[in-house]
Amino acid sequence: MNILELSANLQTYLVIGAMLFGIGFYGLVQRQTFIGMLISAELILSGASLNFMAFNRFLAPDPTVGQIFTLFIMAIAAAEAAIALSIIIAVYRNYKSIDTEDVMDLQG
Amino acid sequence: MMSLFTLEGLSGLLFLGFIGLTLSGALIATSARSLIRSVAGLALCFLGVAGLYYYLNSPFVALMQILIYVGAVCVTIIFAVMLAESSELKQITRRNRLVGPLSFLASGLLIWALAGLALKTEWSPASCLVNRGTVEDLGQSLLTTYSMSFELISVVLLVAVVGSLVLARAGRDK
Repeated sequence: MNILELSANLQTYLVIGAMLFGIGFYGLVQRQTFIGMLISAELILSGASLNFMAFNRFLAPDPTVGQIFTLFIMAIAAAEAAIALSIIIAVYRNYKSIDTEDVMDLQG
Repeated sequence: MMSLFTLEGLSGLLFLGFIGLTLSGALIATSARSLIRSVAGLALCFLGVAGLYYYLNSPFVALMQILIYVGAVCVTIIFAVMLAESSELKQITRRNRLVGPLSFLASGLLIWALAGLALKTEWSPASCLVNRGTVEDLGQSLLTTYSMSFELISVVLLVAVVGSLVLARAGRDK
């Protein structure tokens, strides 16, 4: 298979989506600040949208479904980012820190 | 065998560039030390994903990706980083040392399993297409088939805006 013809393959997009998901998962576990975790969650969401778009292009009989689903994912992600950032700012105002380990009042 | 110096060859090269942009942006976003740099990596990754969407026959979604993610979400995150500046330099490892290698291993396993699943499965393409997925078709089905979800998502966005204002405002008066 020619490397220049990768864009016409479903598997290319699926593998990139899996990589985005895995990198996002790694960041979600690894990061110590709330904003870093939010960034990783955005990566996971974009991996999921990429999968939807790839299936929409290659397999779906109605090629608008995946695009609409991706637009809805974008709207939800924007709402999620707004809410999460305002929560982060509220937490910062109370604790003077956005580090995940400083916000442990309930010692479990 | 396709030559590099045809139109298709150049577009394939551009596609490889978008893949590189996406993956390097994602790696920068997760591994950069300072938060501003990782937001910049996130913007880079979103630009690459928009390019991939363009190759998937949907320029409208690619435009929306740039507009919403790069233009709105990344800028909002940068605002939050500026408002709640963390001293990321005091990166003391106060937790278990095994977390780093174990999370690396777990995400590697996840990528391996999902990519293997994608490559092994026999995907069967659709037998017939109902429409061609242009912007016109998109608008029509958004206002007929998916009109209920469309309305609901606008309510969700409104609630999110009001809620985030309330949350960020609480405790400012004292």
